[in-house]
Amino acid sequence: MNDQSITVRGRERYRSGVMEYRRMGYWEPGYEPKDTDVIALFRVTPQDGVDPAEACAAVAGESSTATWTVVWTDRLTAAEKYRAKCYRVDPVPNSPGSYFAYIAYDLDLFEPGSIANLTASIIGNVFGFKPLKALRLEDMRLPVAYVKTFQGPATGIVVERERLDKFGRPLLGATVKPKLGLSGRNYGRVVYEALKGGLDFTKDDENINSQPFMHWRERYLYCMEAVNRAQAATGEIKGSYLNVTAATMEDMYERAEFARGLGSVIIMIDLVIGYTAIQSMAKWARRNDMVLHLHRAGHSTYTRQRNHGVSFRVIAKWMRLAGVDHIHAGTVVGKLEGDPNTTRGYYDICREDFNPTKLEHGVFFDQHWASLNKMMPVASGGIHAGQMHQLLDLLGEDVVLQFGGGTIGHPRGIQAGATANRVALEAMIMARNEGRDYVHEGPEILAKAAKTCTPLREALEVWKDVTFNYESTDSPDFVPTASAAA
Amino acid sequence: MRITQGCFSFLPDLTDEQISAQVQYCLEKGWAVNIEFTDDPHPRNTYWEMWGLPMFDLRDAAGIMKELAECRRVYGDRYIRVCGFDSSHGWESVRISFIVNRPKEEPGFRLDRQEVAGRNVRYSTRAYAATRPEGERYGGP
Repeated sequence: MNDQSITVRGRERYRSGVMEYRRMGYWEPGYEPKDTDVIALFRVTPQDGVDPAEACAAVAGESSTATWTVVWTDRLTAAEKYRAKCYRVDPVPNSPGSYFAYIAYDLDLFEPGSIANLTASIIGNVFGFKPLKALRLEDMRLPVAYVKTFQGPATGIVVERERLDKFGRPLLGATVKPKLGLSGRNYGRVVYEALKGGLDFTKDDENINSQPFMHWRERYLYCMEAVNRAQAATGEIKGSYLNVTAATMEDMYERAEFARGLGSVIIMIDLVIGYTAIQSMAKWARRNDMVLHLHRAGHSTYTRQRNHGVSFRVIAKWMRLAGVDHIHAGTVVGKLEGDPNTTRGYYDICREDFNPTKLEHGVFFDQHWASLNKMMPVASGGIHAGQMHQLLDLLGEDVVLQFGGGTIGHPRGIQAGATANRVALEAMIMARNEGRDYVHEGPEILAKAAKTCTPLREALEVWKDVTFNYESTDSPDFVPTASAAA
Repeated sequence: MRITQGCFSFLPDLTDEQISAQVQYCLEKGWAVNIEFTDDPHPRNTYWEMWGLPMFDLRDAAGIMKELAECRRVYGDRYIRVCGFDSSHGWESVRISFIVNRPKEEPGFRLDRQEVAGRNVRYSTRAYAATRPEGERYGGP
């Protein structure tokens, strides 16, 4: 498939009328991407009867300079530079009728430091293009020259840990439940109990903004009373992600400033506020020494199905550029979608300075982050203390483990639930550092820790059989093959 | 109360054997380990006093354990913590920190509230012990 260019050149190229995209210069199998090119990898599923190379060239065309017909005004520009070039098309393994299209974009196509501009090109029009049945943006290679035009995470993992004075273990959090209906006063009670019991953070849920049952100012005031009480009770820095998501930027700034005035270390936004609003809040967070938590509300509408949409690994890359400090990135073992290898790929994108190509994790490109701050991944949804060894093994140390139900649902109350989680975590870290095979000995390590901690014993008993084993809808297309030496 | 700063404060106080294993873990990672002490345990007191410099080229945890014993002898009435520093690019900060010695009594903190405009409150956390001068806060070793 990846043979010769059939691009028409010279005068013939600009004869009025319709011409196949692959003949217009959007299919250049000989093209070698430049170090400064943005590269996108799409999963293209053409309509029946549409030639794969033509479909992929059309994606390149419609996400860069093309329209449906030849226009003479191209000749007023350096058109060949601005055309995105599909340079490679591979059939997707075990998926007849779908193709991976590698498309290179010249850096001059994009405004520096703007996710809105980047995405307006790459996912702007092309996803509704009729000759395609489905289209998915799988991965992107962002050149260092472009990465360096972004602020990146406002705080970053290292500085967040320094500010919180918490090192050597995952951070612990919980989302306040029920997520809707609590008054400010009752809400703050949950925050206080959870933080005093041993969590580092509590969290507003994505849809807690300012509703009839709890105005945002009430929530902030009571949450900060709770945070400060818990700090004094434990001698530790505590935080509660105050969700500043609102209808307008003016409202969000007002809420963020109120949170700052009350001494909060962290605020939160939802993905649904949009890329520009996210970048604005990231700049605000950097100016105001605030950790910025992002809840990926809405992402599954376009990330979950393998044939159409945008992979979460791409969203994670955009968010690292945009500048959030925390991002929900899956739990593997919890209640929400998350294949282990794919999730590992997301975590690497959040936390590493360099991501080597790793097809088995769904990572298609080498990606240099050029010392951009690291994002703290957040694991939330259906996890509990009994899984601590698996969580530590799968997710590592630089992660926020959020036990919402697993804290608040404890039979002896929220403080007991928090303590159970904290003891389980510290016991597991200690065992790991001592060189024990904590993944296999995990249940024993927890049982031993539970001997001196009744809340942990109760938690292990209540949730001992809880697992969420469903087949993943988004797993990598490539599996590692055993090498001869293995 | 029990101050729960550091990595292992929710577990029973570490034995010397357990401390030594954690130190060895740090050394094997190539981190420099140091000992710090304070009698001002405020959560935002970043700079505890250093017991000498971080031990950069140490291989065996025994070296730290000897220093820890000495530090405890002199400042056994105070909080002592062990920290591991990672100098690798992209981190260049503390990787682990845990308390290895506590005062016999931990009186904890008072939360002061200053009511200001509207319903806003300005909070201050004060260690009860820190009302006395440094060195006189926990009754000597």
